Amino acid sequence: MKTTITVNGQARSLDLDPRTTLLDALREHLRLTGAKKGCDHGQCGACTVLVNGVRINACLSLAVMHDGDEVLSIEGVGAPGSLHPVQQAFLSQDAFQCGYCTPGQICSTLGLLAEIAAGHPSQETPSDAPPVLSDAEIRERMSGNICRCSAYPQIVAAIRQAAEALA
Amino acid sequence: MSSVSDWDVPNPVKENRSGLIGKGVDRYEGPLKVTGTAPYAYEVQPPSPPAYGVMVGATIAAGRITDVDTAAAEASPGVLAVWTHRNVPAQPPRGTKAHPRSTAGSKPALESDRVTYWGQPVAFVVADTLENAVAASHMVQLTYAADAPDVDFQARLGDAVDPPGEKDVEVGDFQAGFEGSPVRLDETWSTPIQNHVQMEPCASLAWWEGPDRCIAHTSVQMVKPAQHGLAETLGIDRDAVHLMTRYIGGGFGGKGQTYDDLTLAALAARALGRPVKVAFTRQQMMHGTIHRPATVMRVRLGAERDGRLNAMSIMTWTHCHSDGSFTEHASNFARSLYAAPNRLTGHRLVRLDLPHAGPMRAPGEASGTLSLECAMDELAETLGLDPVELRIRNEPEVDPENGRPFSQRQLVRCLKEGAQLFGWDRRLPTPGQVRDGRWLVGLGMAAAIRGNFLLPAKCSFSVDADGVITVRQGMTDIGTGTYTVLAQIAAETLGVPLGQVVVEIGDSELPPAPGSGGQFGAATAGSAALAAGVNLRKAIADLAVNDPGSPLHGGDSASVTFQDGVVALENRSETLRDLVRRAAPAGLTVEGEIRPAQDAQRWSTQTYGAHFCEVGVDPVTGEVRVRRMLGVFAAGRILNAKTARSQLTGGMIWGVASALTEGNAVDPRYGSLINQDLAQYLVPVQADIGDLEAIMLDEVDDKANPMGIKGVGELGNSGAGAAVANAVYNACGVRLRDYPITPDKLLAGLIAAGR
Amino acid sequence: MRPFTYERAADARAAVKSASETPGARFIAGGTNLLDLMKLEIERPQHLIDVGRLPMAEIEDTPDGGLRLGAVASNTAVAADSRVRGRYPVLSQAIVAGGSPQLRNKATVAGNLLQRTRCAYFYDTSKPCNKREPGSGCGALEGLNRNAAIFGASHACIATHTSDMAVALVALDARVETLTPSGQARSFPILELHRLPGETPHLETHLVPGELITAVALPPPPPGGQTYRKVRDRASYAGGLASVAVAGGALALGMVAHKPWRAVDAEAALASGASPSEAMARELAGASSAGRNDFKIPLVARLGAAAIGEAREGAR
Repeated sequence: MKTTITVNGQARSLDLDPRTTLLDALREHLRLTGAKKGCDHGQCGACTVLVNGVRINACLSLAVMHDGDEVLSIEGVGAPGSLHPVQQAFLSQDAFQCGYCTPGQICSTLGLLAEIAAGHPSQETPSDAPPVLSDAEIRERMSGNICRCSAYPQIVAAIRQAAEALA
Repeated sequence: MSSVSDWDVPNPVKENRSGLIGKGVDRYEGPLKVTGTAPYAYEVQPPSPPAYGVMVGATIAAGRITDVDTAAAEASPGVLAVWTHRNVPAQPPRGTKAHPRSTAGSKPALESDRVTYWGQPVAFVVADTLENAVAASHMVQLTYAADAPDVDFQARLGDAVDPPGEKDVEVGDFQAGFEGSPVRLDETWSTPIQNHVQMEPCASLAWWEGPDRCIAHTSVQMVKPAQHGLAETLGIDRDAVHLMTRYIGGGFGGKGQTYDDLTLAALAARALGRPVKVAFTRQQMMHGTIHRPATVMRVRLGAERDGRLNAMSIMTWTHCHSDGSFTEHASNFARSLYAAPNRLTGHRLVRLDLPHAGPMRAPGEASGTLSLECAMDELAETLGLDPVELRIRNEPEVDPENGRPFSQRQLVRCLKEGAQLFGWDRRLPTPGQVRDGRWLVGLGMAAAIRGNFLLPAKCSFSVDADGVITVRQGMTDIGTGTYTVLAQIAAETLGVPLGQVVVEIGDSELPPAPGSGGQFGAATAGSAALAAGVNLRKAIADLAVNDPGSPLHGGDSASVTFQDGVVALENRSETLRDLVRRAAPAGLTVEGEIRPAQDAQRWSTQTYGAHFCEVGVDPVTGEVRVRRMLGVFAAGRILNAKTARSQLTGGMIWGVASALTEGNAVDPRYGSLINQDLAQYLVPVQADIGDLEAIMLDEVDDKANPMGIKGVGELGNSGAGAAVANAVYNACGVRLRDYPITPDKLLAGLIAAGR
Repeated sequence: MRPFTYERAADARAAVKSASETPGARFIAGGTNLLDLMKLEIERPQHLIDVGRLPMAEIEDTPDGGLRLGAVASNTAVAADSRVRGRYPVLSQAIVAGGSPQLRNKATVAGNLLQRTRCAYFYDTSKPCNKREPGSGCGALEGLNRNAAIFGASHACIATHTSDMAVALVALDARVETLTPSGQARSFPILELHRLPGETPHLETHLVPGELITAVALPPPPPGGQTYRKVRDRASYAGGLASVAVAGGALALGMVAHKPWRAVDAEAALASGASPSEAMARELAGASSAGRNDFKIPLVARLGAAAIGEAREGAR
């Protein structure tokens, strides 16, 4: 099926098997292998990308469902010589070890910051009060991204650093 | 013959003139990882478009394949090959070593009609696209003659035997010492099967350059055995495989060996004449790769009323694959931990129709401390002693098992400093006394110990005409920080900025190193790097003093210094770049190597630590949350404060997982693990981990290696789970000895306790 | 995945028409559960009708003072809606207790209701499962059934419905609005959406083939406090062992039955002045367990009583 997806600001036209997931379209067709396949079932978050500014699991979405959508993957966030503040914070705080979950963590962080700014609720503050970027909020809102190396404390520190840098 | 005394001489790491050793510099490969541009095995771009292979797992645990129907799969769109044992290309019998010095024998895939564990790869499909390959893989029809699976570990405990070549180790007379003790503890703990659950499932990509040379990218912790094993399986010269594993999405022991993804990718690439890539699915990883086996551990402690141990025993029952002999040595660590004149430790093994057991982060200690370190907590309570004090009272002066002196042992300092930093004195010895909202709050602690190892390794160092130092080693970085510490050693040794160092690892064509495992990586690879660096210094110094064009000409090469990219001799100097560009424009390359010292065995060399944990227990639901945790560790000189801390905190979180969430359950009717994905095999998520810190004490262990460093990758895991379990008891008064401590089990205890 | 064809529906009527005319058709919107199951070939649709972009994502006030949630509104949008948070906090709380932010951003109202069980024997296609393969048996019945149902199970199936959101909707007396294949709109109480397993656990709802959920309508919020409590093995991103939604005098239980369980006996007991613990005991008199899930009975008793207390506290 003909599908056009804007990926990292570039319109990409693809002719895809309807079975191709957004994740496999990025990895196998567009050679954007930053989004990772950790479980392929929405259970780890390694494939997290932003679609129209919202973080989702790219493994649990068909590419053909995204015709006309804007996708931001880690490759569109920053490059080795020009790191985004979130990427720089992950590097500075050692918020990763093996690095496999890292692109998903970073994309998820971008989603988290937008969701906090939009005042979305979480398990941590489900009330009407606007959420604040506390450690507890970060932990709850980043729980959709598993890190088996368990860089969790460093990830919290990185998100705090990034939030300050972006403020 | 090498000796630890050879390591007494000064070296650039010890001198640390630039201060790079120990500094928490950012990860060398970090910019690639945070931008998603570090290619893991499945992501390497092959020279032509790859075909996609998918494995099919057996759905019985034991028996034979009696019929195969691949017609539908073969007719499915895009399918290029469908293999079972009936038509897989011929491979040498298992274990073949055509080359006598191969570090691994052949590992044929789809070997026969015999099935020895559920999920064993029994068929393989290759197609033009991933979607077509996956779809066809579902169409392969296999018929089995299944045997009743023999997988019920608890039911088979009575049949367990001594592991091959092992006997119980007794010092003194355990039974007499135990029975003669006024205070005794005799309890049994159990731990479940655990899976490594690396975020990157095992994956391989292979292609051929001509008929005789195979290029393979895979995800493996040890390079040489992977290369040799594949070559032996393919029946080609062992150097005809060029194997690369440059970025590895987690290992933890589970990638200490290769699996059929590598073999099948290489075989299919040869058969089809195009690159082929194969990855395990997450579900396939659970059975298809090794796991940490379940254990049952009986701990007996006999003590005087003042807490001094008379007798200590830990006996471990565990299991392995029906063809295997891997033993989870959960009793071994106890041999060096506490003084007690009468000691008995050993293991019993039962072979089952379960997948292959193997090493997983801190093999032995991770399981073993979950029993003994809780037993010490129970004993402390019985004695009315503080658990920290009980441990201090049983601090040995020499290794209690063999009388060897400790090379370094700062366990007591870890305990004391940890207790102070954590606020341990606020702990109330009577459980269930502290409430915070709906949570009962408790504190627990445990000691940590893990052995230290040094293996033979080589490394090469080059300098080029730009003054860039390149480190080359067949080593791996599984997230431990290998790239980074090698760069630090190189920069410090040659006196250049970090930005002037290139590190190339994860390649079978580079000087061999044993890889990552057993927390021996940094010490082993780093010591070889130091040796290579020292050799390169000598070569450069010789170059300078022998080059008439150099201001250093005619000087004493042994007195040449290296700093800030400048080689100097007294007040004469030039840049490294100028020297090499003029005197050796093609660059210089030297090798270095490390070997274990003959006399190192005279010392008991371990790493130590102490964990302190605060948990909340919801007495209504049995839910447990880790609120804060502190580990204090002593593990020799630290090469990189940042990456070492990350290793330790990661290990601590593994301990939390062992205590609270992790484990595979076996359904004995089918012989399979029931939880096969990340929704059902629960590793911790962010919200599970509260404030967590790891602190490293100053230490240099000059008996460990020339750098005085030791490993930290597994130490953090040792004892951490026991600290959590002890905190759970302190919070709510319920002791659970069957891990993990899940709400269902804890609730039963809470109800029984009248909570 | 088996090959399938894909279309993006032009409007709801075209969607139901296509669904009724195309063999093996299924609706897809978020896809977070359907694709999960399709990858394992537990679901094998031949045709997917994408309804994700139909204009059914609105959250709007209803004339009776309630709220209508469009069927393809994301879980995140519902949880974040200020009217939901203000008037139906139990719903917002339940939603954010489920899945992960990424999943909630994609998952929809209707998809959440129609998600299938997470029973391990359902997911492992080598195991018997009457839900997946009618007549094959139930692997969980005598298996590792720690998370099995304690209400309304049958000898054919002891699986649970694992939605958090649906538990809150049941407590809130929501109504489901649909479009039938013939183009008729209908509406019915959410309690009539899901079935108990009986002999036919593969039939999970009372929807007719090709019927499309278009919205879920909430009546005005009931008087009294609301709360949602969920127990699980880890702190987040995990299916529940049990959950309780309290909305005024209404009480619903999650992960304890093949459908979100309205605790009518407990409600009646509370209405006649019983204590929360007594009320839960009344409800649980009808519970039965299968071995490893025995703990769910005391767990629900304690959790339910605590949640009722919290809701009352919150109402003050």
